[in-house]
Amino acid sequence: MGKQLVINDVTLRDGMHAISHQYSKEQIAELTRLLDDSGVDIIEATHGDGLGGSSIQYGFSKETEDDIIRTAVENAKNAKVGVLLLPGVGTIEHLENAHQLGAQVVRVATHCTEADVSEQHIKAGVRLGMDTVGFLMMSHRTSPENLLEEAKKMESYGAQTIYVVDSAGALTMDDVRSRVSLFKQHLSTKIGFHAHNNLSLGVANSIVAIQEGVDRIDASLAGMGAGAGNAALEQLVAVMNRMGISHNVDLYKVMDAAENVMKPMMVRPVQIDRLSLMLGYTGVYSSFLLFAERAGKEYGVDARDILVKIAEMNAVGGQEDWIIGVAQDLAKEKQIKRGIEI
Amino acid sequence: MNMIKRKVKCAIIGSGNIGTDLMYKLLRSELLEPTVMVGIDPQSKGLALAKEHGLTPVYNGIEGFKEIHEKADIVFEATSAKAHLTNAKILKELGKKAIDLTPAAVGPFIIPSVNLETSDVTNLDNVNMVTCGGQATVPIVKAISNVVNVSYAEVVAAISSKSAGPGTRQNIDEFTVTTAKALKEVGGAKESKTLIVLNPAEPPVLMRNTIFVKIEDHSEELYIQIRESIDQMVKVLQDYVPGYRYKSEPVFKGDLVTVQVEVEGMGDFLPKYSGNLDIITSAAVRTAEIMAEAMNKEVKING
Repeated sequence: MGKQLVINDVTLRDGMHAISHQYSKEQIAELTRLLDDSGVDIIEATHGDGLGGSSIQYGFSKETEDDIIRTAVENAKNAKVGVLLLPGVGTIEHLENAHQLGAQVVRVATHCTEADVSEQHIKAGVRLGMDTVGFLMMSHRTSPENLLEEAKKMESYGAQTIYVVDSAGALTMDDVRSRVSLFKQHLSTKIGFHAHNNLSLGVANSIVAIQEGVDRIDASLAGMGAGAGNAALEQLVAVMNRMGISHNVDLYKVMDAAENVMKPMMVRPVQIDRLSLMLGYTGVYSSFLLFAERAGKEYGVDARDILVKIAEMNAVGGQEDWIIGVAQDLAKEKQIKRGIEI
Repeated sequence: MNMIKRKVKCAIIGSGNIGTDLMYKLLRSELLEPTVMVGIDPQSKGLALAKEHGLTPVYNGIEGFKEIHEKADIVFEATSAKAHLTNAKILKELGKKAIDLTPAAVGPFIIPSVNLETSDVTNLDNVNMVTCGGQATVPIVKAISNVVNVSYAEVVAAISSKSAGPGTRQNIDEFTVTTAKALKEVGGAKESKTLIVLNPAEPPVLMRNTIFVKIEDHSEELYIQIRESIDQMVKVLQDYVPGYRYKSEPVFKGDLVTVQVEVEGMGDFLPKYSGNLDIITSAAVRTAEIMAEAMNKEVKING
């Protein structure tokens, strides 16, 4: 493993979910400076659902899209600033704007079986001269072979790096190994892996991916991200140091940033608890956590039951609007059952 | 007493899913008669079915249609936005009325339950059917903006992966941009946003739309009026899209109204889960029928 691993930090993008997209400009500036100084290679900064994500459906961000990107760009001296784009949510026009503001990396994200909606956006990223990445979300929902077929589509559109994305934190270590190794054998692009820690495998899965030869790994300070968070950057760096994996990040600096700055900013602790564990267990998109929790309280139903139902319905990333309907149905069922008991 | 109605002749450009579904709906119409289907792939299933049902199949695109254009007065465009930009000019020169089911938006937006009667379609030579998402959601926003000012409307359209063909997939930005534009221009919202999600679940999910509407004023009384207004609109829609219905009860919370609807298709050519395609073909046929009625009147007056 002689080559240098690229660390793509997602504190300011996936972390947006954990704070309901409410980072202030000051917080974005401070976190960017700390991350940049620590040596991470790419800092992704956007609404949690990417460009154009600020909405009733996903939650409005505190700052405008322009301010989020601009603040990150202004405060990153060495790291490149990246943006996420989900076709269907963000558009090429959004991407052109982000590029103008100084974003150099774009990750075009689709559900694991829908890569062909990314063609125009990947081509636009390449045309703009951006570091262009294909991002296959919810990778546990399809077989390694199918995932490879979808990845090949993204490769044909011009993506330079393609990610196995464990959006639900549902992949086990063998699941990661089989997907990454197949990519490694059959793709000529670079490969990346994005973990969620819902099953407590965030760092372990990332290490497996590194052993299988990925070029990029996602992580965030204290794991700041949707669900139980991503691979915690400081934990990942500690393990990589012990294993002699080469990277650019300073351990003490990320430890301090996680402890002194990131954790005090958290509104709901980013941790494995019964509900975030349930995301990984049922294979539900991690950003559904806060929505399911709120709906559970509002309708007086167990939020875990909501997640089970949502998993049965095969909801994909971005379908937060289905949660309320499920909660309403469960509440009705509960009423009917009570009626029978009386 | 049975008056013989003169049916207006129609051509369909595009022999894919939408074109073929349109044909079945036109075959049922009392005012319209499909006569020609134009394609570019001689192997296409749509053209074979067209021939079987007595339409004249054209295998070499718009060039072929030019030669037999007198066989149709109304032309449905079910190809792509790019193709329609070329075809629109040709159809105009030929003196045809074009009903455009692509997002090209050469002509004004038509949502039958909202503006068909006020749009004077009989004098327009090109009208645009927005998008399937627009057909399903703009009427709800309009029903609300008829009661109270709407500051913002946001639509989340979920459709099954199987019902999203290559045209939709390669032009997903056009879908969101065109739908958002119609939410403002036809729906009456001051600001708008549209999101689309493709869901690959098996069996395929019905088209489902969540419509979030921010209203500028709210009270219990306004809620009641809004509810009546959208109930009425749903009925109007059901008149030409029988599978259109609430998915759950509309929710009123402060200045936010949330309406969820689903659309089950008629299963003419496309399976029932393709309600998204059904709603736009149904809207196009309804628009053509209004044109046909006016054309028949003209004939009577002239005759």
